[in-house]
Amino acid sequence: MSMGFGYVSPEQLMKDRADFARKGISRGRALVAVQYADGVLFVSENPSAALHKVSEIYDRIAFAAVGRYNEFENLRIAGVRLADMRGYAYDRRDVTGRGLANAYAQTLGTIFSSGGEKPYEVELFVAEIGDRPESDQLYRLTYDGQVVDEHGFAAIGGAADVVAGYLKEHFAEGASLEDAVRLAVAALGHSQTEANGGTDRVIPIDDLEVAVLDRTRTQPRKFLRIRPARLEQILGDRTAATVASASTSSAEGLPPTEGQSPETTSPDGGDDEPPIAPPLD
Amino acid sequence: MSDPRIPAAFMTPGTSSFSDFVALQSPELLPGHRSGTPLAGNAGDLAPHGTTIVAATFAEGVVIAGDRRATQGNLIAERDMRKVFPADEYSAVGIAGSAGLAIELVKLFQTELEHYEKIEGTTLSVEGKANRLAALIRSNLGMAMQGLVVVPLFVGLDPDDPIGRIFAYDPTGGRYEQTGFAGVGSGSLFAKGALKKLYRPDLDEAGIVTALVQALYDAADDDSATGGPDLTRRIFPVVHVITAEGGRTLPEAEVTAVAERVVAGRMERPDGPIAAIEGN
Repeated sequence: MSMGFGYVSPEQLMKDRADFARKGISRGRALVAVQYADGVLFVSENPSAALHKVSEIYDRIAFAAVGRYNEFENLRIAGVRLADMRGYAYDRRDVTGRGLANAYAQTLGTIFSSGGEKPYEVELFVAEIGDRPESDQLYRLTYDGQVVDEHGFAAIGGAADVVAGYLKEHFAEGASLEDAVRLAVAALGHSQTEANGGTDRVIPIDDLEVAVLDRTRTQPRKFLRIRPARLEQILGDRTAATVASASTSSAEGLPPTEGQSPETTSPDGGDDEPPIAPPLD
Repeated sequence: MSDPRIPAAFMTPGTSSFSDFVALQSPELLPGHRSGTPLAGNAGDLAPHGTTIVAATFAEGVVIAGDRRATQGNLIAERDMRKVFPADEYSAVGIAGSAGLAIELVKLFQTELEHYEKIEGTTLSVEGKANRLAALIRSNLGMAMQGLVVVPLFVGLDPDDPIGRIFAYDPTGGRYEQTGFAGVGSGSLFAKGALKKLYRPDLDEAGIVTALVQALYDAADDDSATGGPDLTRRIFPVVHVITAEGGRTLPEAEVTAVAERVVAGRMERPDGPIAAIEGN
């Protein structure tokens, strides 16, 4: 890769690329994956009704991503094509989450290491459910093609560490769907930084994208989106149910923002658009 | 240069059609891609054949049913072949013609519909699905002219406007919407003759199923390539019902009960129920 001036060591080059990718991913909103009794749940804050971050790939395989929308959308389409090709050429049971995660890892790794192209600013989940909770798989893929085998819960994008910390404290294995949804939504709302006084946000139902891989479905395709009407039933009265966690310090903590747009409370400088290009700083 | 990553063709958006994508990427997987050189003679005798598929609409939707026999010349190749398949939640397809090729085409069609739904996030309209099936049949024309013909019967409905619809095809991919009832296959002439006298649009689901089973019985009565109910082995027609609630293949016990009643009636009068000479 040609540089305008002087010599750049390979280490510096890779570090710059890694920083670039990480920064792009952290600008967006967080996305949470939680394993529960009947499968895997994905929840993300997504005001857009048309552009999805969580999607079906195959009967028991789902895809979820954060970062630059057009990049992960290309990966999603590639994944659906790979899965359908394999299922058609062999058999539906021969399509595996691991095979797909491998293909993604190869692709992301090659893009990252090539030096000639911009690294993909994306982080992905690939999940596959089996017949029992022990056989469920959750893979997290990073911008440089690493694959991490996650268990129980994981968070990507936005303030992922803060969200993951909350999940770690409150996660319980074998939860019901309702409990898992409540946990995930509370964790996403917990992505407040100290700057806003540490009070948790209540994310409006219309801004949530929620989907599951549910092994109890009778249809062979186990992916299901959970619509706002059902979310209202699960989450119920939000004002009373705000999680009373770390609102320690400041008396000026913002009140729960039920029904208000997230603009006023987003911690990362106003990125409230649907997952397209993050705003340039 | 070989590249470990997913090929670029997979990553570029563009077509939501699975069959178009396969044609670009791996054409050897498609059913029409049987051999490099065109076969000199009639390949039709190489593969099992024969069928009757019937379908009829009713107030809540549409029903499609098919017999179970596949023949190869004078021999019965399969006794329990399934020829009626759900294409997706709200549509189904029954196939007549070359058995192996037909089943591959159905599999391709099912994948096509599912693929579109996953890529686009919405399902196709009934007309759209019928059109895609026509395109698949048309792409099979080369094989059809060598004797490996596939002719489907497609039924479906739109959940927002749940009127059952039936589409018939010819080997060139021509698509013809049918009203009331329709049939395809070697025994379809006899089946349609029976339905002319038995079908009424105000029949309920049970009535339609019985009428279709009667029609299949009459087809088997006159066409050696169509199988009648096999009482000893308990092999009966496959029946698939589609309403606004979705599609379901009737469980064997239910079809068995209908078939047994039909057969019992035939024991009394072998030609089946009598229709009035005049009037309605």
